[in-house]
Amino acid sequence: MNEHRVGEHPILPPPEQQADVPFTWNGQPLLARPGEVISSALFAAGIHTFGHHPRDNAPLGIFCANGQCAQCTVVADGVAVKACMTPVRPGMVVSSCDRHPDLPAVAEIPPIGDNHVTRVDVLVVGAGPAGLSAAVELGRRGIAVLVVDDKDRPGGKLVLQTHKFFGSIEDTRAGTRGIDLARALADEAAALPSVETWLEATAVGVFSDGRVGVVKQNRYHVVEPSVLLLAAGAREKQLPFPGHTLPGVYGAGAFQTLLNRDGVRPCRRLFVLGGGNVGLIAAYHAIQADIEVVGLVEALPRVGGYEVHADKIRRLGVPIYLSHTVVAVHGESGVEAVTIAEVDRRFRPVPGTERTFEVDTVLVAVGLSPLDEFARQAHEFGIPVFSAGDAAEIAEASAATFGGRIAALEVARHLGLTTEEVPEAWREKLEVLKARPGPLVPLDETPPEGLRVYPVIRCSQEIPCNPCATVCPKGAITMRGDPILGMPRFSGTCSGCSLCVAICPGLAITLVDARKDPEFPLVTIPFEQRPDHVPVGALVPCTDSSGQDLGVFPVVDVRNKPFQNRTLLVRVQVPRALAHRVAGIRVQDPVALAPVAHRDATELPDEVVICRCEHVTAGEIRGAIRSGVRDMAEMKSQLRVCMGACCGKNCPELIERIFREEGVEASSVTPPTLRPLFVEVPLGVFAAGEDEP
Amino acid sequence: MRPTSDVVIVGAGSVGLPTAYFLAQEGFRVTVFDPEASGGRGENRAAIGGIRATFSDRAKIAVCQESLDLVAGWEARTGDPVGWRQGGYVFVAYDPAVADTLKGLLDSQKAFGLGIDWLDAEALLEVAPGLSRAGLLGGTFSPGDGSASPLLCAWSYRKQAAMRGVDFHFHEPVTAIRIEGGRVVGVETPLGRWDAPVVLVAAGAAAARVGRLAGLELPVVPDSHEAGITEPVARFLEPMIVDVRPQPGSRNFYYYQNAEGQVVFCITPDPSIVGEDRRSTSAFLPLVARRMVAVEPALALLKVRRTWRGLYPMTPDGAPLVGPAPGVPGLVLAVGMCGQGFMIGPGLGALLTRLVADRTTERDREVLQDWRPDRPFGAMEALR
Repeated sequence: MNEHRVGEHPILPPPEQQADVPFTWNGQPLLARPGEVISSALFAAGIHTFGHHPRDNAPLGIFCANGQCAQCTVVADGVAVKACMTPVRPGMVVSSCDRHPDLPAVAEIPPIGDNHVTRVDVLVVGAGPAGLSAAVELGRRGIAVLVVDDKDRPGGKLVLQTHKFFGSIEDTRAGTRGIDLARALADEAAALPSVETWLEATAVGVFSDGRVGVVKQNRYHVVEPSVLLLAAGAREKQLPFPGHTLPGVYGAGAFQTLLNRDGVRPCRRLFVLGGGNVGLIAAYHAIQADIEVVGLVEALPRVGGYEVHADKIRRLGVPIYLSHTVVAVHGESGVEAVTIAEVDRRFRPVPGTERTFEVDTVLVAVGLSPLDEFARQAHEFGIPVFSAGDAAEIAEASAATFGGRIAALEVARHLGLTTEEVPEAWREKLEVLKARPGPLVPLDETPPEGLRVYPVIRCSQEIPCNPCATVCPKGAITMRGDPILGMPRFSGTCSGCSLCVAICPGLAITLVDARKDPEFPLVTIPFEQRPDHVPVGALVPCTDSSGQDLGVFPVVDVRNKPFQNRTLLVRVQVPRALAHRVAGIRVQDPVALAPVAHRDATELPDEVVICRCEHVTAGEIRGAIRSGVRDMAEMKSQLRVCMGACCGKNCPELIERIFREEGVEASSVTPPTLRPLFVEVPLGVFAAGEDEP
Repeated sequence: MRPTSDVVIVGAGSVGLPTAYFLAQEGFRVTVFDPEASGGRGENRAAIGGIRATFSDRAKIAVCQESLDLVAGWEARTGDPVGWRQGGYVFVAYDPAVADTLKGLLDSQKAFGLGIDWLDAEALLEVAPGLSRAGLLGGTFSPGDGSASPLLCAWSYRKQAAMRGVDFHFHEPVTAIRIEGGRVVGVETPLGRWDAPVVLVAAGAAAARVGRLAGLELPVVPDSHEAGITEPVARFLEPMIVDVRPQPGSRNFYYYQNAEGQVVFCITPDPSIVGEDRRSTSAFLPLVARRMVAVEPALALLKVRRTWRGLYPMTPDGAPLVGPAPGVPGLVLAVGMCGQGFMIGPGLGALLTRLVADRTTERDREVLQDWRPDRPFGAMEALR
């Protein structure tokens, strides 16, 4: 078994196809799985450095693995391509991109063809939860919808999510895993005759004549929609620190793509930067694939994501360092170590608090930005445009699913194709689903009196989630406050069916059963890791809700029935006094996660690269600001920021931050101009039109 | 006391910026006003960067030869890199009519001192090996022409001018040209009045509007061209390639590989798209891509990174309007660059400085004679 491939996975099915597509990397013969993109095939061979930057010779690897930057550029059959978006073809000759590539000589005039204009009522950009549910809602009303998505399968980021989703069963299929939700939504859309979906179809530009350029499987199509519905999701934010452009520092989304979509195990020892849901979930996914998560830092004094997500990884043995940040990543050609430090109230590192850990990968999960340049440009051009999901506002997938339905109704109304009003209850529900997690509420630590079997619910804050109340056959779990957002409470009697334990997306419910042995009750723990962590009869380290060790206790049995939807139910036998507290099973060894001798940050912050495409540093940008530059166009002229291969999408936010650091008000800075294209496209694709290129 | 300058320049673009630099170099106190946020934000940054003296018009040849000398020597003069490359210009001939036109101009071009010659197909392929051989008849090659980055040039002109005391006022449009006693005495902006005995209008696409502030009806009408830029690749192309064959939808197109290794390209639409709309259209990329891959097939593999639209402030005969404004003493015009402001700008800035300093040369006077704003307008320039 290839050590860089995910082996047995607790949730994901084994791969259908073996790696049997031959290609070469810098002359070395390698194998890819059929249809696999170059970046994943290289990671599966343990190759993380894809090239070197022509400006400073710095090593380059992946960052977004989502087609939104161009860090992963390689030369494939003579042409520079994004490794994360280009499937390996049999016999492909791939080499690292260490300088500007040569343009191959071509003698024959390539195909030259025409475009007709595809007219459609609604063009939906993005086949994720928002786009697909919008298409379904529109399709049910017979409205002609074209959905375009740049990936080879529908579902957007849902296809990366092995965990169960929140929300309510009736509104958003709560308790269903992201991967299954993607399939269900795609099937629904596919069944509707007025909905057409183009995959491997990238919307590359929006033009003032109301048309949208779409490159579908290397052919250029011009689409003229009556309404544009943007559901393209989000882009991961960056956080610059010394070493942040090293191969091995990349986005949490990129990590999930490698791991859960492509079955590649990209690293052995991981550190996560950012305690929002994305970072917490990425850490969880890592452990499912047998990757050690050495720690997670969050600059705020509490995690930004759901506490239940944080507790899940704490119980597995991941240290969460609150009020900490990454101050440097060390390494020459890749990541060797990370140094973290405590931060003060203004998020500045406190000298003397640094700790260094040996890791080979650092995930950046410091938040998402809506992918909104398309909508902004369409708006500028006077094209009717609506947004849904993360492209409109960053929130959970359940909110995106529901928001897509609302946007669809608004679009239908705009087109005059329905007179239905968007029900006020829908809007209220969307607000509930978008709700930020509430304040932490102390858990009730006293066992209910007189019951020999009962659930322990460790839901410690308001989040939009209620399937436990829906599935309880005795109706003994009720929501306090809002029916979705409120806190679940158990009262009454329990049959010990463990449906609530199995469905809870936060894995925050256990079942205490003292019916057989009052002194040593059985505790049923939900577990979504490999079963070899919990062999029957073995002693396993059990923790409380927040990951504190309570001792080692024997596994009595492990159940995996269909109703559990791949969540193992592990029963351990524990002393009566601890039964109420046992919440999880630790799988990571704390000794292996300890810090090593502290390393100093070797580079000055001025040397940190801000523009990844052109390798422009913070110091150069500061210099321009200090020399009086207040116009982003002028900054571009001088430094080439926003002029690189990502088409100017990634660094403006970071430059805005440097302006702020320099005390320049945002209102005095003239922003960059939006222009097509949003993604680079070969000239030959435009020349060939819709004909065979 | 009211702020006073020797010269006020209206417009910090391709012409205004180098003119400000040369005037300041001569010791003039110069103030520049521009409604935009920084220099070169009008048509300068839409220019693709070619600088040639290959024209049919003697004045353009003269001024652009000076531009070529100035830009070629700019880095040595100032220390600022501007992406200069002397790759020459190739006008390709894939049909006999174009070949005849190009050959017919050679004698007069040579007479004006232009280094240019006709190359047959084989010789031309030595200069530009990627050209499609199918139907290639040959073309002209003028090795003295070249290219530079309009963005870097504008920034350097501005910086060097500022170092020499030029006072730049951005976000500050000129709202009135003040005329007292029959001559110009200064300008007015939303922030106040400025005194200057000379007001130089270098307002690009806004020339007609600014002219009206002095009661002039300047025949400058912008139309728009679209341009684009690709990813960088290793050097494969030295000259600018120009194809002047008319085809449905376009009159001509041209492309070159800049100092960064990126291919920059532009097309002249037919019919002209008159107006000031700079918003990109869906028609441009397919139109230009079809022409480009037919002339140089390997370009099909190059990825387009960005497109934009820029304005060509056109005059009736395709030549600029330059010199003292008729009937308004103190007002100097440098407008109607017909899309060539970037290449005309430096040479013209030097010439205008000699005009203001009252030490024009014989050749300057010929240029000013040809480009005088009140000339009768004849036929359109052949290689505009």
